[in-house]
Amino acid sequence: MPRWLRKHPTLVVGGVLLLVMVLISLAAPWLATHDPQDIDPLARMKPPSAEHFFGTDAMGRDVFSRAVWGGRVSLIVGLSVALLATVGGVVLGLVAGFVRWADNIIMRLMDGLMAIPGILLAIALMAVTRASLTTVIVAITIPEIPRVVRLVRSMALSLREQLFVEAAHAVGTRLPAVLSRHVLPNMLAPLIVQATFVAASAVLIEASLSFLGVGVPAQTPSWGNMMAEGRNFVAVGFHIILYPGILLAITVLSINLLGDGLRDALDPRLARQL
Amino acid sequence: MDKNAPALLEVDQLRTHFDTLNGTVRSVDGVSFTLQAGETLGVVGESGCGKSVTALSVLRLVPTPPARHGGEVRYRGSNLLALSEKAMRQIRGNRISMIFQEPMTSLNPVMTVGRQIAESVQLHQKVGRKAAMAHAVEMLRLVQIPEPERRAGEYPHQLSGGMRQRVMIALALACKPEVLIADEPTTALDVTIQAQIIDLLKRLQREMGMGVIMITHDLGVVAESCDRVVVMYAGRKVEEATVGALFERPLHPYTRALMASMPALNTRSRRLAEIPGLVPAPHELGQGCAFAQRCEHAMPRCRAETPVLDNHAQQGVHLVACFAVDRASHTPSLAAQPEAAP
Repeated sequence: MPRWLRKHPTLVVGGVLLLVMVLISLAAPWLATHDPQDIDPLARMKPPSAEHFFGTDAMGRDVFSRAVWGGRVSLIVGLSVALLATVGGVVLGLVAGFVRWADNIIMRLMDGLMAIPGILLAIALMAVTRASLTTVIVAITIPEIPRVVRLVRSMALSLREQLFVEAAHAVGTRLPAVLSRHVLPNMLAPLIVQATFVAASAVLIEASLSFLGVGVPAQTPSWGNMMAEGRNFVAVGFHIILYPGILLAITVLSINLLGDGLRDALDPRLARQL
Repeated sequence: MDKNAPALLEVDQLRTHFDTLNGTVRSVDGVSFTLQAGETLGVVGESGCGKSVTALSVLRLVPTPPARHGGEVRYRGSNLLALSEKAMRQIRGNRISMIFQEPMTSLNPVMTVGRQIAESVQLHQKVGRKAAMAHAVEMLRLVQIPEPERRAGEYPHQLSGGMRQRVMIALALACKPEVLIADEPTTALDVTIQAQIIDLLKRLQREMGMGVIMITHDLGVVAESCDRVVVMYAGRKVEEATVGALFERPLHPYTRALMASMPALNTRSRRLAEIPGLVPAPHELGQGCAFAQRCEHAMPRCRAETPVLDNHAQQGVHLVACFAVDRASHTPSLAAQPEAAP
């Protein structure tokens, strides 16, 4: 292992765990032992066995196969929301930081968004649309954007006063070029870290939405859906919610570890203290 | 220098006022000076007297609002304050360039220095990436950076302060500007590096025939590099003269006080004279001469009226804005023994 990696064990542990989860999701068609939608009325609520690694649910579906497929939903949602919220947040944040008259308009809108709990806003957004993976992603992205906007705006305000940004203006650079070449590259590290935390929170919110029945369509195997269906049978079939729960926890933990590790690795000041 | 040639840059009654909640701040209040090609004009004054704002105003780099400009800045006859933003971008970095005080922070930390110079070349000249990069390396060679090919690929943190200031100079001169505004170019550097940078600037100025505005609070830098000097106090010009005349016969009490607070090599060490008090905050300025509170020659008239610039030269031009010029210049000053000019 290269030295800089050995200095950041959280980064390694988080990265490896997440990589394993990604590989499992990618290999779902080959890993799954059964069709995740297949109903077997004779094998309902079976405990884990050699035939069904994680047992079966109330309709006789194979929990292991569903859990493996369910990882795709969580990871797609996490990645998409992180990307979309970051791009949207960067655009809005830069405009707020550099265009004086737009600052108040954008930031008050963001304050308004932040006043509503993210999960509540997502539920409301889901209530007015038809449930699909895309609408879930959009519904989670919108409440996540203000956090990114605030971060980007505050960094933009401090970078705006930096002499090298003024010097860029002084050689006649246009504002868009100043932003893309001089401002944005200087905020990449905190942005990447923030994106990982957005991803972790998106995975959790997606699971919560599915658990509450307003997430991805009920027949889609997702960890939230599985736990929602399993919660009525906790007393007799604890395994139905146990395994998706464990996988969800590992995924969120791995993304958060990765984010923490990246923050330490990318922030030279913190690195020297540790 | 031909005195009758049209000036390269004429700053005429330039005003930069800021509207704040505490009233209007007159950072630059009616400053005028001219700059000829090939000439170095020093702008001297304490911190906060409006030197930097003057420089930024010439390039229109002070955001408006909150700032308001007045007067004119004429470059080759056209008033820069009236140009469109697009036309102004063509001038910045191309015809008029600026070097900033802090070489540590005026370079983008995440971009190689060669790339930064090449960018500014590409902004103003229709050249490809490769040609711009080759030009950047040439510029680095011109400012005497050893191994320019290798240095061009390095990031600012890999260079020393003096090197970075050289890179800033290369960046400012990349498009062969006619006017260079150097805002305290040596303040953040070691004394030995300061001398090198001043020499470099002088040599490049000779080679390229630029007009240079040297903004500084260091009278040593002025004596070494300038032809004419403008002394500013609280946003106004209080004295203007050739370097020789100013050092031989400083007339404004503020100029004399500035010189007195400079250590001299040819006298036994004694306590340096200081100017009591601070530059008044620009929004505290009221009636009368802004320096009156700190001036040892202040008369009642100084507090009631604002002095205007008058020519006090025996020959040529030596402008002073002071009612007490005669009184002040007859009092022996600590700076009355100027070091023999080399």
